[in-house]
Amino acid sequence: MATTNAIQASGLGHLSDATRKRLQRKARIDVWFERTLFAFAFAVLLLLGAIIASLMFSSWPAIQRYGLDFFTENRWAANVEVFGALPAIYGTLLTSFIAIVIAVPVSFGIAIFLTEQCPGFLRQPLGTLIELLAGIPSIIYGMWGMEVLAPLLRTWFPTVFPAGTGLATAGIILAVMIIPFITAVTRDVINTVPAVMRESAYGLGCTTWEVTRRVILPSVKGGLVGGVVLGLGRALGETMAVTFVIGNNLFLSTTLTGQGTSIAALIANQFSESDGTQRSALLALGLILFLITFAVLAFARYLLRNSTGRHA
Amino acid sequence: MDIKQTPLYRRRKRLNQLVMVLCQLATVIGFVFLFAILFTLVTKGIGSISPSTFVERTRMNGGGLGNAIWGTFLMTCAATVIGTVIGVAAGTWLAEYSGKGLMAKVIRFINDILLSAPSIIIGLFIYAVVVVPMGNFSGWAGVLALTVIIVPVVIRSTEDMLRLIPNSLREAAAALGAHRWWIIVRVCYSGARAGIMTGILLGFARISGETAPLLFTSLNSNQWNFFDLGSEMANLPMTIYQNMTINAFIPDLVALAWGGALILTAAILILNIAARYFSRQRS
Repeated sequence: MATTNAIQASGLGHLSDATRKRLQRKARIDVWFERTLFAFAFAVLLLLGAIIASLMFSSWPAIQRYGLDFFTENRWAANVEVFGALPAIYGTLLTSFIAIVIAVPVSFGIAIFLTEQCPGFLRQPLGTLIELLAGIPSIIYGMWGMEVLAPLLRTWFPTVFPAGTGLATAGIILAVMIIPFITAVTRDVINTVPAVMRESAYGLGCTTWEVTRRVILPSVKGGLVGGVVLGLGRALGETMAVTFVIGNNLFLSTTLTGQGTSIAALIANQFSESDGTQRSALLALGLILFLITFAVLAFARYLLRNSTGRHA
Repeated sequence: MDIKQTPLYRRRKRLNQLVMVLCQLATVIGFVFLFAILFTLVTKGIGSISPSTFVERTRMNGGGLGNAIWGTFLMTCAATVIGTVIGVAAGTWLAEYSGKGLMAKVIRFINDILLSAPSIIIGLFIYAVVVVPMGNFSGWAGVLALTVIIVPVVIRSTEDMLRLIPNSLREAAAALGAHRWWIIVRVCYSGARAGIMTGILLGFARISGETAPLLFTSLNSNQWNFFDLGSEMANLPMTIYQNMTINAFIPDLVALAWGGALILTAAILILNIAARYFSRQRS
């Protein structure tokens, strides 16, 4: 055995049998300890494989039956067994896009305020508050959207939001949900910029905005984009914040404010009452969502790894 | 001529002021929205919370949230215990044994993906591999779905915290003749304990508010179910969801849902604050 040889080679041959046995046993524990830990780490890999495999396996009947039509069919009609992913994919992408368009300027504004302008005594409490708000469960945002935001939009802009709910409303709710998250990441990334860089720019006579725009933001570009894309990943896969306010219209309506649906909302609404082809089609939707978020998250992690590597 | 009078200087100054005002505006807007949500939550929720909310089971009229709170607590605890064992072990391997190999890079990358994978997908996955073969929705399926969500959180914090332990400590222990596993268990873990605990606590807070993965796994129930994880398990997020959607025509249940939402959010915020306090105390 390798461990026995190692003990002999290390000059422990003169030890008594009992001592040697004890050492050998401990060395064996060492080996098995590492193997056990590795098995658990490897399980993470298997988990991802299992998720993809099980989704593919259980969505296979629908993929086989509809093929590429699944992506071009513009309605989801269970009564005639016609299932098209287009309305849901459109809704997912559009709501996430609206969310990013609203959330990014606001989050960057808050992060710049917190790091560059905010009086020192407020910096810590406000930062902690933002982090705490990022922990609120998403169902709360959905409930608030349905009970407060949708009626407000309906009263204030009856022509734009006749029902209050819809794709744009869902986008706004998603934006409110990811603002704390993107802000927290952006603030952390900006804080990695060495103080010397900031000070030297101020020393040259730059204004706060010039320091931010020309020195700080360019030096952490990768991290900023990474944070935004992570936020996008959250918005794409969000279920509960969206389901309440998106309107659940299963026919494609290519408007900004109309009623629609998203992949996650459609699955949440229909899965428990579905069977057969419909259930399989819903699982196929899940697979599509997983692949979209996988690509987005992989991109975000790639950008974030690069940026933290440079400063850490 | 004074430099402060030049057009360029004034333009730069004005631009700076404009952007700074916009940033302040963004901060105000952001916090107004978030406080509006908290305000709604408190004003709508506080009225329907009474002592009986915590002890009575959910009913179609009246009733409380006792069984749902218990179910959420039980499933979250079970998932945290399982997730801690898996996550700490895997995180330890990544921090202590992986080196710079390809395998470690791949596992780390996959873990990062799982860390922010949509939770509804995790629910579908557990549905396909646990609920379908077992033939019914069960508390165990819910526990497993939550476990899959908490494991990446624990792995991440375990690895990060173990990496903060200076190598000289490991070397000192090795020089005294300690075996590697003994070094990890007695030296590294005792140094990283506070950080790992914080990670677990944050993960616990996160999974206790998850709704989407429970939709097709534990489902919900309006009965008391204390320890029978083999059958459907009541839980707070699903109860809130059902009261706000399929039971939304009953005003009492909607009010109760807001009460439940307030309880859930308050618990999660307290857990987050505790985790923060805990990590600051020890470091």
